[in-house]
Amino acid sequence: MSKLLRGRSLAGDASALKNIKAMASPASGLVRLLLVVLLAFAGSAHAQAIEPMPFANHAQELRFQHLTAQLRCPMCQNETLADSDAPIARDLRNQIFRLMQQGKSDAEIKQYLVDRYSDFVLYDPPLNGDTWLLWFGPLLILFGGAGVVVMAVRKRNRGNQVLAGQEPIENGDDW
Amino acid sequence: MNRLLPFIGFMLLVTLFGFGIWWNTQHDQSAIPSPLLNKPAPAFNLPKLYEPTQTVSKNDLLGKPYLLNVFASWCIECGVEHPVLEAEGPNLGVALVGYNYKDAPADAKRWLGEHGDPYNLLIADQTGQTAIDFGVYGAPESFLIDAKGVIRYKHIGPLTPDVVAKQLKPAIAAMLKEAP
Repeated sequence: MSKLLRGRSLAGDASALKNIKAMASPASGLVRLLLVVLLAFAGSAHAQAIEPMPFANHAQELRFQHLTAQLRCPMCQNETLADSDAPIARDLRNQIFRLMQQGKSDAEIKQYLVDRYSDFVLYDPPLNGDTWLLWFGPLLILFGGAGVVVMAVRKRNRGNQVLAGQEPIENGDDW
Repeated sequence: MNRLLPFIGFMLLVTLFGFGIWWNTQHDQSAIPSPLLNKPAPAFNLPKLYEPTQTVSKNDLLGKPYLLNVFASWCIECGVEHPVLEAEGPNLGVALVGYNYKDAPADAKRWLGEHGDPYNLLIADQTGQTAIDFGVYGAPESFLIDAKGVIRYKHIGPLTPDVVAKQLKPAIAAMLKEAP
């Protein structure tokens, strides 16, 4: 279905290009610029292509797009549910749509998916026993590094003090 | 000693990366841990593949453990798994329930005709709606469900002789030991 849509949108782009080229024959820089801008948008237009769903209103459609962009497709784990073309992503999009029509909130829909597919479906992992290292690991490494620096500086200062008593010449060259 | 410090740091990094590579070869990265493990299987009510007018529910299957095997005729890996099911199915000690996933019944029947039918019971989920409740995201997947309807073990991807021997059979043995 979405492949078809993609094919069609590409064909549309091609005919639009032809029109622009026809217009551009009097060699206008402005039209060329327009062409570049249009081409830039063409890519993003069909990346977003999803099956048409009978949304109640535009706000709901935006909410749907926002929500599916935050969720990970379980099949192809580097794609969001919004972007993925995998059959399961399509099924889950339909399911999310149905849950929305039932008046479920975003949090309830996320919980619904987490109950079935685990935290894996969330691009923003929650803080819990399994993920604390993910959240605080960098902080631990930072503190560890700071500790090493503090120790090294203290050691050097002590060495310098001992040296200062005997030989005032050799210091600061250690760097 | 101070001269060795960068080298030690470097070796620590090498060890860390080496561990990462080793770790990633030890498990299937596409397999998502199921939150349903050791929890009651979701309720379902699905038609039989061969008698679509009759349905099978979770309650109908309570009382005896079974292996629920999600398969489809369009699924290439299922063809890899199938000989294993045919060979090992009768020796497992539990019933084998085939869960035909998002398939046209005619295709499924033809596929079973070609490859053989190791299943004791076949149910069909044409829309894939119930499969979402099971957390299914592809085929094949297998769920070991005990007599009380609790999911005891899940495997994502084809059951290989190795997986059957090292994971599935021990899981069945542990389950049967607990409640024969």
